[in-house]
Amino acid sequence: MKIAVVVFPGSNCDIDLFEALHTVCGAAVEYVSHKKDNLDGFDAVMLPGGFSYGDYLRCGAIARFSNIMPAIVEFAKQGKPVFGTCNGFQILTEAGLLPGALKQNDSLKFICKTVPLTVENNQTLFTTQYKEKETIALPIAHADGSYYADEETLAELEENHQVVFRYAGENPNGSLNNIAGITNKAGNVLGMMPHPERAVEAILGNLDGLRLFKSLLENGKVTTEEAVR
Amino acid sequence: MAVKVEMSPVEIKNKKPYLEWGLTEKEYDFISEKLLGRLPNYTETGLFSVMWSEHCSYKKSKPVLREFPNRNERVLQGPGEGAGIVDIGDNQAVVFKAESHNHPSAVEPYEGAATGVGGIIRDIFSMGARPIAMLDSLHFGEIDNAHTRYLINEVVAGIGGYGNCMGIPTVGGETTFDECYSGNPLVNAMCVGIMDQKDMQKGQAKGVGNAVMYVGAKTGRDGIHGATFASADFADDRETQRSAVQVGDPFMEKLLMEACLELTSQHKEWLVGIQDMGAAGIVSSSCEMASKAGSGMDLTLDNVPQRETEMSAYEIMLSESQERMLLCVRAGFEEEVKSLFKDYGLEAVVIGRVTDGNDYVLRHHGEIVTNIPVSSLTDDVLEEPSEERKPERITQAENLSNWIPEFTDVEEILRKLLAQPTIASKEIFTQTYDSQVRTNTVVGPGSDAAVLRIRRTNKGLAMTSDGNGRFVYLDPFVGGQIAVLEAAANLIASGALPLAMTDCLNYGDPNDPEIYWELHQSVLGMSETCRVLNTPVISGNVSLYNENNGEAIYPTPMVGMVGLVKDINKHLTNTFKNSGAKVFLVGDTRADFAGSEIQKMLTGKISGTLNAIDTEFESKKLLKLLQAIEAGLVDSAHDLSEGGLGVGLVESTFSSDIGLDIELKAMKAQDLFSETPGRFVVSVIPENVEKFVEIMEDDCMEIGETTANQKVHLKCQNVDFEIQVAEAQKIWEEAIPCLMK
Repeated sequence: MKIAVVVFPGSNCDIDLFEALHTVCGAAVEYVSHKKDNLDGFDAVMLPGGFSYGDYLRCGAIARFSNIMPAIVEFAKQGKPVFGTCNGFQILTEAGLLPGALKQNDSLKFICKTVPLTVENNQTLFTTQYKEKETIALPIAHADGSYYADEETLAELEENHQVVFRYAGENPNGSLNNIAGITNKAGNVLGMMPHPERAVEAILGNLDGLRLFKSLLENGKVTTEEAVR
Repeated sequence: MAVKVEMSPVEIKNKKPYLEWGLTEKEYDFISEKLLGRLPNYTETGLFSVMWSEHCSYKKSKPVLREFPNRNERVLQGPGEGAGIVDIGDNQAVVFKAESHNHPSAVEPYEGAATGVGGIIRDIFSMGARPIAMLDSLHFGEIDNAHTRYLINEVVAGIGGYGNCMGIPTVGGETTFDECYSGNPLVNAMCVGIMDQKDMQKGQAKGVGNAVMYVGAKTGRDGIHGATFASADFADDRETQRSAVQVGDPFMEKLLMEACLELTSQHKEWLVGIQDMGAAGIVSSSCEMASKAGSGMDLTLDNVPQRETEMSAYEIMLSESQERMLLCVRAGFEEEVKSLFKDYGLEAVVIGRVTDGNDYVLRHHGEIVTNIPVSSLTDDVLEEPSEERKPERITQAENLSNWIPEFTDVEEILRKLLAQPTIASKEIFTQTYDSQVRTNTVVGPGSDAAVLRIRRTNKGLAMTSDGNGRFVYLDPFVGGQIAVLEAAANLIASGALPLAMTDCLNYGDPNDPEIYWELHQSVLGMSETCRVLNTPVISGNVSLYNENNGEAIYPTPMVGMVGLVKDINKHLTNTFKNSGAKVFLVGDTRADFAGSEIQKMLTGKISGTLNAIDTEFESKKLLKLLQAIEAGLVDSAHDLSEGGLGVGLVESTFSSDIGLDIELKAMKAQDLFSETPGRFVVSVIPENVEKFVEIMEDDCMEIGETTANQKVHLKCQNVDFEIQVAEAQKIWEEAIPCLMK
């Protein structure tokens, strides 16, 4: 399985995703510039955290128009895995690949800390190595992570089990339904505000993010082999 | 728009506008009579006024700065470049520097702090290094009024706003509170970078015909005379000085950094030199680059990318617009450099050439607007001898006996100390900084020092920034020694060998002989300790004129220090790890209450004299402790500072499920809060005790053990009390959020 880490101007967690996948998980991974127009040869795409285009206008709003985006949309439509963390999640909502939007935190401040999460759905490509309702802890680091969607959309998300991660302790940002991460209806696109890539090494004090990448690599392997057959 | 008519050279001589720009009459006369042999024109006078400001020339502080040791076997680059560089083995090097942004932050706290961060980051990547961490030393007034809360909120937001966007983790620093900083807060930012030694760069422009290229943001009218502004003290008319504060754009800087790092790491053959345009903008970067290489320079200002119309040569040269770099590019590679920057959406423009000789020539609108020797701007500045006088308050204090605290309820004192803002948790601030991005942060904010791993090695870097103006105010020499010792102790407690240091010297008006004496004495104290610890000063910055309506701040040298952790798996934090471990106090406790937190808390002020420090002895003790830590004998180590042993013991239990049982038979209750420097609380599991004591010899004393019952039980002479860890932690955590409301 070969994974693309898309680099936008202002991305800054690209290296963290790359190292988590490559150095820690031993996956085949490449940086892909926002200027490219195709994702040929890749089996999964990851959108990193950071401040794409300086977060100017609105987080993710400019990145959504970058050259690579049509290829990402097409990739998602084909049912291939697309993952976005933090700014990546914001870009996915701006691009319409995930419902809802991310607003400024209730505190109006940037928050960087490790928070408890409940794994609500362990049946996605990204979460099979977690137990259902398991409590894990992952770092968050954002100023605009308050998930918002209208009531109908929220009901639909809940109904379809699209809420994958929920804040388990105090809601750190004001997200509706304590939502920390969701998938699209098909389940192949996951966006989340917490940073699993920051929690993959014992030396950094937290391993709870590792199983997300391992789940994807494990499940990805199966899907690509099936496709070959 | 009407063209502004600038004063003629003769008008300048008669009307003396340069006095307002910070140049003295004596300097002006020296420039016109001795250096140029003619009257300088408007632009030239402006160039001299910024280049001869204290901020750029160190004309006041230079004689004192020469005291600092700045070489040893590890130093690859000492002071004089964008930042200092130290060898850390494996052909890698660590690069660091600190810089103050006190004056801009007092006037426009968000942008002042943000551009302080931006400026120091550029200094690091201009050396060819990837910035990996930021630290900040912040000193504010007491949190008892809306203006101080505003300053704190905005400074903290500015630091986070810039650093977070850059993707450089803010991992440590300090925040203290004292009335003397209320009108003149201190905002000192330190950046640490890492590089392959083969990528080392210099800010130099050599090779006749090579191109001088401007890259980054366009030039506007912001920040004109920022360097001069930073070299004068405040009065209540500061509102009028807002135009001297620049506005930052971290996204632009992120692009600029990535582009410059691509250039310095992958296309070295194109590049001759690179320098940040910081204080005094184009003029300082260009003439310093020429001066360092002994070259001349010929610049055409019409080519400088400009954000505003009708800018004069004076304005273009003195602008301190942010996110700009100056490159010297080998002739023939201009197009390659342009194309590299274009790839990042940035403009790179040839604005001039390196010339033979020593002439600094500026052309604008077809005319030569400046033609002066390069060295007249950089080397010929008149050093100003300063008078020195020992302050009366110090002589008086020497004749009085020192204050000793008297109290009956130890537990009450401990609770109150935990809630003192200088001691209390700063998490409300530090959690607004991204401390983890780039996933190297092993120990983030809140411990004695931050620790980062170095990828693909087994090593780590520990870093700290520290200053204690109270001690320096009471005794500049000993206070200077303590500042360096404390920074080193922070690193040792994290398991790192101190390598070198940087500083920000924050003082009042140096024309006051008492203040100059403080500066001189404290630098002597710092230098002595640096020599003994073998931690040379590789970079730094001086911020004088920190006064508000004639009242100076405490003399506050900030010491930034970086240390090497040989084996990252053996790094330590403050926090106890195991119950049943033996607790040791390393270092002797004396009656050191002058300048202590308890003195400030109980008397509302600080007073007294400091006890002398035996630096050789302290150094040996630190190295013994490091030896024990590197041998894997130590579970946790916490350097004792504000609040002394009492506070340090309790802090070491926070966020653990471990308690303490401590018995200090020989100690009086008051000694719990003495702030004798060079002491640590250390925990050692029983099987390592023998070996630990063998190394530490008489420098350690067993004082109790850690327990599983989550309370601190403390016994000393006439004292026996218990406090729940959770309760103590709550007091410590809630104090500042409560005051900030």
